[in-house]
Amino acid sequence: MAIQEQAQHLRTDVLVIGGGPAGTWAAVTAAAKGARVVLADKGYCGSSGATAPSGTGVWYVKPDERLREEAKASRYDLGGRLAEHRWMNRVLGRTYANMNQLAGWGYPFPLDDDGNQHRRSLQGPEYMRLMRKVVRKAGVTILDHSPALELLADEHGVGGAAGVNTQTGIPWTVEAGAVVIATGGCAFLSKALGCNVLTGDGYLMAAEAGANLSGMEFSNAYAICPTFSSVTKTAYYSYASFYYEDGTIVEGAGSKRGRSVIARNLMEGKQVYAVLDQAPEHLKPLLRVGQTNFFLPFDRRGIDPFTDPFPVTLRLEGTVRGTGGIRLADELCATDVPGLYAAGDAATRELICGGFTGGGSHNAAWAMSSGSFAGEGAAAYVKKLGADDGSRKLERKSTQPIVEEGKGSVKPSRAAEWVQAVQDEVKPYDRNLFRTGEVMTQSLNRLNGLWNDQREQAIEHTVDGVKAREAAAMTATARWMYTSALARTESRGMHKRSDFAGMDDNQHYRLITGGLDQLWVRPEQVRKEVVIH
Amino acid sequence: MIEVISESKCIACNQCVSVCPTNVFERVVDGIPVIARQSDCQTCFMCELYCPVDALYVAPESESVIGVTESELSEQGFMGGYREKVGWGKGRKPVASHEYMYQLSKRSGF
Repeated sequence: MAIQEQAQHLRTDVLVIGGGPAGTWAAVTAAAKGARVVLADKGYCGSSGATAPSGTGVWYVKPDERLREEAKASRYDLGGRLAEHRWMNRVLGRTYANMNQLAGWGYPFPLDDDGNQHRRSLQGPEYMRLMRKVVRKAGVTILDHSPALELLADEHGVGGAAGVNTQTGIPWTVEAGAVVIATGGCAFLSKALGCNVLTGDGYLMAAEAGANLSGMEFSNAYAICPTFSSVTKTAYYSYASFYYEDGTIVEGAGSKRGRSVIARNLMEGKQVYAVLDQAPEHLKPLLRVGQTNFFLPFDRRGIDPFTDPFPVTLRLEGTVRGTGGIRLADELCATDVPGLYAAGDAATRELICGGFTGGGSHNAAWAMSSGSFAGEGAAAYVKKLGADDGSRKLERKSTQPIVEEGKGSVKPSRAAEWVQAVQDEVKPYDRNLFRTGEVMTQSLNRLNGLWNDQREQAIEHTVDGVKAREAAAMTATARWMYTSALARTESRGMHKRSDFAGMDDNQHYRLITGGLDQLWVRPEQVRKEVVIH
Repeated sequence: MIEVISESKCIACNQCVSVCPTNVFERVVDGIPVIARQSDCQTCFMCELYCPVDALYVAPESESVIGVTESELSEQGFMGGYREKVGWGKGRKPVASHEYMYQLSKRSGF
């Protein structure tokens, strides 16, 4: 293991934290604007995060007025009417351009009947391998296996971050004119596909630097998943029927609106089985190709999912398929802190989805669009800032002291206990899917206690230290989640209150939250806008 | 979770050590890598895709170790099976460009 003298110190214009779709688009776009860029990924840029192992549709809509209006309307009500037209317009425009750019970079889109490329979906492994290549070609310095542990800032704003390389043990510091947080959402280590690197780290780091969050009540997405497996691809369950052990049908169960029926049965200890018996014969070979990884677990277990019932569960995807995240203060994805930008699942997606996302397509569009907006914003900010003469006196912003190896105060077993304790508050369907004021208050009180246990603990620059810091980020995320969910005394989007079943027109606003020891929450009006085409 | 690194196939390129998002593997001096932190495996199958010689096997079970052997897996054709389906590897066509991708999108909206 390394000693402190070997610490890596870099100076750059833009530091991007996170190397999934949002981070890579941010890096490439900032570099194209002339910025020097460093990208630090917790795992490996190209394989990390929710996108890389999956296939996803993309909100790719030709610039045709009628088609775009339909696209915007399609999920507007489902999201509780919290999306904004100007943001949807910008994201539709940028996604269209970026998908065409991907074709230019060589992404192998399939061809339609006329021999033109059909640019409606992306295969994660292919997409992210290409993005890594493009990022490298743009001259970006990639730091793999390099989780950030804290941001650095002075009175002018954020000016870098510090972390550790988990493979070499060498601590790193990057001083930067601007930082883009693209660390993804928080799935609470639930082992949803590709999501175990997504522990809310960016939310915590940003909040420690003074950023605010928005829509954290929309953070309780659960995906249908075979009980034995990690593959949380829900789209194909639109072809599923759901059965009990004895072969009788589970009335009302379904992949879209019937997910709560599945949850209620599972809560009562009744195992639910799915089988994709509604898939027409001619579609089966197409489905197999469309999402190769969906079938992988079944093939390896000798299950034919079109004919053999298999047990399912609902796996928590938290904010990864939720919509809450860091509040954006302007159209180039600036946060409320100068020098700090946010993109992808780390940022709030309410601006295009409101309080609900039906999965891939909007999320993929948001990642690539907000990533490139943030890259532009960060590059422009740095240009305005002027040359860095190295005179900034940057402070470390972590609540928990980050210390050298051997000087920490957290045993690995303790961090694992914290993780378990958070999961106990956020995973159960009767706490987080079917929400009530009483139960959430109990959870929040325990989570506040959990935060107090952790906040003074010294975190070391090691693999175990990173895990302890993840536990803190998950704890903080869960607290913002329940603080917002308690304040929204209605049901809207994916946020369902059993004690406030309907939507309340007087609560047609977003909820902004923040704070570390003392949390706060306040409403923010949705922009009243004239719809301009 | 990741269960098998084939001793006979592995060429110690350490690509799996590099690409694993959760840092499950560990480099070994003068040897092939080892599965050092199996419980950190998130069952994302990315290491299998990046292994150039099909020396890895990730069991679909995400919570428990099954204990499969390489000879069983080879018999069933599972070693390298995912990479083949995704169309990665020399002489293969990426599944991303498969005509069924378009057909599926046209017929079902996926």
